[in-house]
Amino acid sequence: MKFKLGISFVTAAGIALMSSVAQSAPDDNSLVIAWGSTGPIEHVDNYVNTNRTGIWFSRMVWDQLIYREPKTFEYKPLLAKSWKALSDTVWRFELRQGVKFHNGEAFDADDVVYTLNWISNPKNGVKVQRNVNWIKEARKVGPFTVDVEMKRPFPQAFEFLSGPITIYPNEYYSKVGPDGMHKAPVGTGPMKVVSIKTAEEYVFEKNKGYTWGSPKGEAQVDKMIVREIADVQTQIAELLAGGIDITADISADHVTQIGGVPGFTALQAGTMRTGYIGFDAAGRGNHEPVTKLKVRQAMAHAIDRKSLVKNLIRGDAGVIHTPCFPTQFGCDVSAAVKYEFDQVKAKKLLAEAGYPNGFDIDFYTFRPADWAESVMGDLAKVGIKAKLTKMPYFALRDKQRKEGTTPMFLMDWGSYSMNDMSAITSHFFKKGPDDFALDDDVAKWLEAGDTNSDASVRKANYAKAIKKITGQVYWLPMFNHVRNYGYRKELKFIPYQDEIPRFWQYGWK
Amino acid sequence: MVAYTLKRVVVAFLILLVVSGLTFSLSHLSADPALTIAGEQASDEDIEAVRKLYGFDRPVIEQYVNWLSRALQGDFGKSYHYKAPVVDMISGRIGTTMTLGFLAIAFALVVSIPLGTLAAMRPNSLIDRFALLVAVFGQALPTFWFALMMIIVFGVWFRWLPISGNTSWAHFVMPTIALGYYATPALMRLTRAGMIEVLSSDYIRTAKAKGLLPISVLFKHALRNAIIPVVALAAVWFGFMLGGSIVIETIFNLKGIGWLSYDALLRSDLPVVQAIVLIFASFYVILTLLADLLNAYLDPRISVR
Repeated sequence: MKFKLGISFVTAAGIALMSSVAQSAPDDNSLVIAWGSTGPIEHVDNYVNTNRTGIWFSRMVWDQLIYREPKTFEYKPLLAKSWKALSDTVWRFELRQGVKFHNGEAFDADDVVYTLNWISNPKNGVKVQRNVNWIKEARKVGPFTVDVEMKRPFPQAFEFLSGPITIYPNEYYSKVGPDGMHKAPVGTGPMKVVSIKTAEEYVFEKNKGYTWGSPKGEAQVDKMIVREIADVQTQIAELLAGGIDITADISADHVTQIGGVPGFTALQAGTMRTGYIGFDAAGRGNHEPVTKLKVRQAMAHAIDRKSLVKNLIRGDAGVIHTPCFPTQFGCDVSAAVKYEFDQVKAKKLLAEAGYPNGFDIDFYTFRPADWAESVMGDLAKVGIKAKLTKMPYFALRDKQRKEGTTPMFLMDWGSYSMNDMSAITSHFFKKGPDDFALDDDVAKWLEAGDTNSDASVRKANYAKAIKKITGQVYWLPMFNHVRNYGYRKELKFIPYQDEIPRFWQYGWK
Repeated sequence: MVAYTLKRVVVAFLILLVVSGLTFSLSHLSADPALTIAGEQASDEDIEAVRKLYGFDRPVIEQYVNWLSRALQGDFGKSYHYKAPVVDMISGRIGTTMTLGFLAIAFALVVSIPLGTLAAMRPNSLIDRFALLVAVFGQALPTFWFALMMIIVFGVWFRWLPISGNTSWAHFVMPTIALGYYATPALMRLTRAGMIEVLSSDYIRTAKAKGLLPISVLFKHALRNAIIPVVALAAVWFGFMLGGSIVIETIFNLKGIGWLSYDALLRSDLPVVQAIVLIFASFYVILTLLADLLNAYLDPRISVR
């Protein structure tokens, strides 16, 4: 719920007051965080939760076999100290010794085998099956050695083993199950859960036994409270009044305002969330103009993406030319066809397509209207009259998937924080219900890229797909999103591109 | 009277049936619940599995009949998102909403009755103008704006009151004033109008002529009669505050029923939405039914009509 009117008053009030209020780090080395944008975690068991809020929770409490370094995306040992491929479909992991779960249970191969076999069994009802349904079986080879067999060559396996797949204590979980884990989560991670009040607050304390050299690092604070506060204005007021130490839900305008308050810092950090304008090139909704290549090319030339990024998105955002984020595996920027802002060329292309006076089109988004209005303004200059419909996210996705009556849409995708282009491009262009191109070649190349264990073969196929998607303007890639943060100046804060906050790394200067 | 009562009960039941049917169908029309439950990162297979698991693949009418038959036995099912029984979720949060509603209506009455009485005693005086000003502000100020202003002054500037949460009595001060002030103008104007009418009536003139103390005339004779419609209106406002505190609960992060309904709507958590709508609709319908029956009892001509 947005109460935009109030914010300028809140920040103005804060500016007036805070100039005379000096703040310091808390004596008990605690940290209070506000969270609200993605809503409460419905069930903290990592395999039952489907909400993005659960991602930060899982990284605090549990560990994975592999650690993906969040700045370089390099894979490093975590609960597994080394690994090697035994075949196209089998990996052997040597596990770390001396690690203990929060309840004192020792970590060993039994925990890994139990977790992987439990989650890969469809009967156990893991909510996001795509995270686990590639695992065929995990086998114990020794007390600290495990073989993991995949159903087929699965080159993205390490993205999952370093992301959504966390290791559970076998003895505890087999006894308490998902509901028990929801009530009293037990992991090996840097923070231990003290209490959970669903939809209100999560209280953590430092895991003092997390000293075995994890690349995640030890927790920087002794106590942490994460409060669920849905309204952004309330979060800002709490920040200015000292009730919380950091918020990650503010808008670009708030960044400027909070950044001007003495004692506070605000920044806009770039993420891998990729914004795009999609066109119904396949004609699912029978809007004739967008089925023509020259029309889509004209629209690509007519939209001033640089100006939109500079004036509305701001921060670390930048124009993107690929239907994926450039750091993702296979996302070859050189393969993309780029479209410079050139409205003369756009008009010429429109005339060649048979629309010298433009046309009317319905334009859909769930994002802020000013972003879409900027695009509409550019299109209007070449004669295209776009009519905006702003819908809630899931309602729009539902309309697209079921009806397909969305000729043009401004959307974005976070790739589930995976640094592999299969997480975005393959999702939208392999002829599923979200595909508005329905291009056989693209689907074939993406499938080849998704399933081949040879990196060079993958890259070659993905490059072909990128070239055709951008050449045909099935999507006009727009920009990468930013996440806006406001926090106390004394806080050591590190933002990451994958949109996953590592709260345990935050500490006081 | 018996026929009239039966007729009103049947009408009340039909209204609840229509409300539940409309809520159910509109909730299903707004978005595919399977997509919402499965989440942004779900594959098509995940969404299909959720659809089957929750029975969304069955005809809507069949889903509705199943839900209604369980609801009539007091079982509203489990929340799709929190996996908890809806009854437990509502009973765990209704205390916050009831507390806020009671405090807000009490605040509104404490402000509006004395102010309305004073304004009626001196019509067109300075105090009457002041009361009018309070009423105009109360009607004109958007609740969320007033709430934010209080947060700035008492939460951010002076730091006298906590801004969000519900862990102490102090957390209810600002929400109570913000919500209660919204009801104050109507109650105050009704008190004023009632008091002006009563104070000019013959029996008050008689009481004054008998030499009764002015305070006794005012409170014992005048206010007692003038306040009857105010109490009736306050009951209606109380119902409105229970059902309409979504904005206030969201701003002050009070996790009551208002917040729960907002959260459930965002997530298409249909069992929760349906239960809340049905419970509050029942609340209104029962209050209205009781009022109808009371009126019919007091004025038998109504039941004859």
